[in-house]
Amino acid sequence: MSNPKEAIKEKSMVIQKEMLANLFTELSNAKENGKKVVYTFVPGNLTELILAMDMLPVYPEINALQSGMRKKSGSYIKDAEKMGFSEDVCTYVKCDIGMMLNGNIGPTGEKLPDPDLLLLSYTGCFTFLKWFENLERLYPGVEIAMLHTPYQEDGVITEEQITYMVKQLKEDVIPKMEKVAGKKLDYDRLGKMLDNAAKAEDLWVKVLDTAKNRPSPIDSYFAGVYYMGPLNTAFRGTEEAVSYYEELLKEVTDRMNLGLCPVTPEGEMKEEKFRLVVEGPPNWTNFREFWKIFYDMGAVIVASTYTKVGGLYDQGFRHESGKPLESLAKYCMGCYTNLNLPQRVDLIEHYIKEFKADGFLINSIKSCNSFSAGQLLMMREVEQRCGIPVGFIESDLVDPRYFSYANIKNRLESYFQMLGQRKTILEQEEVNA
Amino acid sequence: MMKQAPERLTALLDECKTLAFDLNFTYAKQWKSKSKYRLLVGYLPIYVPREIIHAANGMPVGIIGVGDRKQIIKGDAYYQSYICHLPRGIIEMVLDTNLDTFDGFLFPSICDCVRNLSGMFKLAKKGKFSRYFDYPQNFEKHIGGTFYRELIETVIHDMFLINDMKITTQHLNDSIALYNRNRELIEMIYNIRQEFPWRLSAVDTYHIIRAGMVINVEKHNEILEEIVALIDNDFGEPMDNIRVVISGSFCEQPPIGMIKSIEMAGCYIVDDDFMLGSRWINGGINNTSADPLNEIVNSFLTQSAPSSAIYDVGNPKSARLVSQVRNRKADGVIFCAASFCDPALLDRPDLQKGCDDAGIAHINFQFHENTGQFKVIKEQAGTFSDSIKLWV
Repeated sequence: MSNPKEAIKEKSMVIQKEMLANLFTELSNAKENGKKVVYTFVPGNLTELILAMDMLPVYPEINALQSGMRKKSGSYIKDAEKMGFSEDVCTYVKCDIGMMLNGNIGPTGEKLPDPDLLLLSYTGCFTFLKWFENLERLYPGVEIAMLHTPYQEDGVITEEQITYMVKQLKEDVIPKMEKVAGKKLDYDRLGKMLDNAAKAEDLWVKVLDTAKNRPSPIDSYFAGVYYMGPLNTAFRGTEEAVSYYEELLKEVTDRMNLGLCPVTPEGEMKEEKFRLVVEGPPNWTNFREFWKIFYDMGAVIVASTYTKVGGLYDQGFRHESGKPLESLAKYCMGCYTNLNLPQRVDLIEHYIKEFKADGFLINSIKSCNSFSAGQLLMMREVEQRCGIPVGFIESDLVDPRYFSYANIKNRLESYFQMLGQRKTILEQEEVNA
Repeated sequence: MMKQAPERLTALLDECKTLAFDLNFTYAKQWKSKSKYRLLVGYLPIYVPREIIHAANGMPVGIIGVGDRKQIIKGDAYYQSYICHLPRGIIEMVLDTNLDTFDGFLFPSICDCVRNLSGMFKLAKKGKFSRYFDYPQNFEKHIGGTFYRELIETVIHDMFLINDMKITTQHLNDSIALYNRNRELIEMIYNIRQEFPWRLSAVDTYHIIRAGMVINVEKHNEILEEIVALIDNDFGEPMDNIRVVISGSFCEQPPIGMIKSIEMAGCYIVDDDFMLGSRWINGGINNTSADPLNEIVNSFLTQSAPSSAIYDVGNPKSARLVSQVRNRKADGVIFCAASFCDPALLDRPDLQKGCDDAGIAHINFQFHENTGQFKVIKEQAGTFSDSIKLWV
């Protein structure tokens, strides 16, 4: 295993780091400044609503993944297990609860404030529901609002589903938010935020599209998880997020025009050997080692499903100010993990063809049944439809006990060897033809 | 001298035992073969409103796993090691054609595994329809109720497209009456067992209820009527056992050997959540309404049993478990969840805390539906029983 050096960062990453640092400082001073704090989830998040009411969002999954990257998740998980949580269950939940048991210290070393509102956006993951039932008991008396997002079981969003969600928003969720915020929702302000969201979403899609270029100037998975940050969390709907994506697009376009490969923590990749589509979240506890296996082999992820958990903007969805609540409802229902399996397979097939991928890889996550259950059938389907080599590895989100570096590296090396051989054969066939 | 169980009871129990684990669903398939307008609709744990299937000239058939009765070979190739056992067996049944004559499948929203299994059925093009049955998690009549009604109407339409049978008010009220009686009879069995648990073992009770998931409700009611009458008489002899409630086995079912081991270790199981779907609605549903669908919807919103599949803020399951223990005069709780069952296992710490706060003793263990070794479980349950007898 390599000895991690200081990671090389693109300018947009530095900007994002500052944005996050400011947010966490604001959060640590929230109580003194009279700001209300809302705990909520990334998929199907209602950030514009939260910000339009001058509240501050906290995302427990983000806390958990950051704990994973800071090597703190292992002990947090064990603390939650001591409390009675089984080894078998979602490690995001256990990490979050363990972090809370240990003083709720955020990534900047400052204490995160307790929630004034638990906003359960129940989108695409059954465990979210159990997670917030547990949080409600750990923060007794705190206001809790729940938005049930119907699953796209038939592969479409129906009018009835939209009506159901809008009614919940109007009659339950927003009134509870207003009560906590101590103010009425300003729909004009919300509208402006949704317009800003749409601008940022346009820019984000352009960034993602650059990966269609050869070589791709971005890695849509390992770097993609950074790029998607502002849009999926506390900044969607802000001018700041629009500026961030303007800068990011400029940076990426410059790289594309120069024919450069993606930037990795160890500098610029020299050659793009393999183009992959990846399904499933990354491992966070060993993120850099994990990424390194790919860039050392010249593998670039040109499209990933994980970067769509916060919204499928590349498939055309945009937040709209004209019908704000309907737009939020459609957004929630359109997140990747709220798609049914046939939709997911179709999307992956589309990515493979559109981005001209050489291979398809699944990183199957122990903790996340929403992603993982059914992936082996999805893999077969994709292999049949696209006729490209598929690979399958297993790890976990934030439980270091489930990241086996040697095992994953062996599997990936064999996989890349297979991709290499196939490439040689295809090139030979082309020459012969 | 101890009075023996009536012979008729033994015969009925044998019949139920055979039916309960007929993974070829022979009875249901024979029933369907008698008319081209009959439907078989399979449903997974936990609950679907079976009344609507019955009213549409269908038989709802519970598909609740293969237990330890079928070797899983192909099913394992579809699931990672960290996914529970239930869907492997179901995929094995799909690939082995056990489910071939089924017309449709319903996958209630209980967890992401079952949710994604619905997608696997869609990818495999299994059945004329397969639908994720997304219970509302909002319990306001005009919000969640309206959504739920639309969901049920979609399933009714799915069935209509197959057999062209229109459900009338009378049909639905008749079906509600039959299932009301079914739930009532099951409750009577539990009530008799609460007082005289030695008259019917937990395993026999399990077979009786599970048999009801693979036969028509009319026949099940006949069996239940007879059994209730038979066990209302005195026979058998009480043992020096403690009384426990089992919690956490509502989806993947524990192997029969495990239920037996718990009782043999000195624990009468006086209540449980095995096959919770058959007991989901607490009390009856109005069967004289001009809008029976509305009654079914309301019963879900207001009469549902406590369940890990339902958002419980405002009506916590831990308080409901404590009430259940008190009502059944149980001595303790055995938390018995399938491995990798997120809903049950994520609820467990809070349920345990609820028991601790109420001074109720508890133990826990995990299982797979095909667990084959029960020695440790028997020892654990035996120690639990002894400790309660000695110290509580």
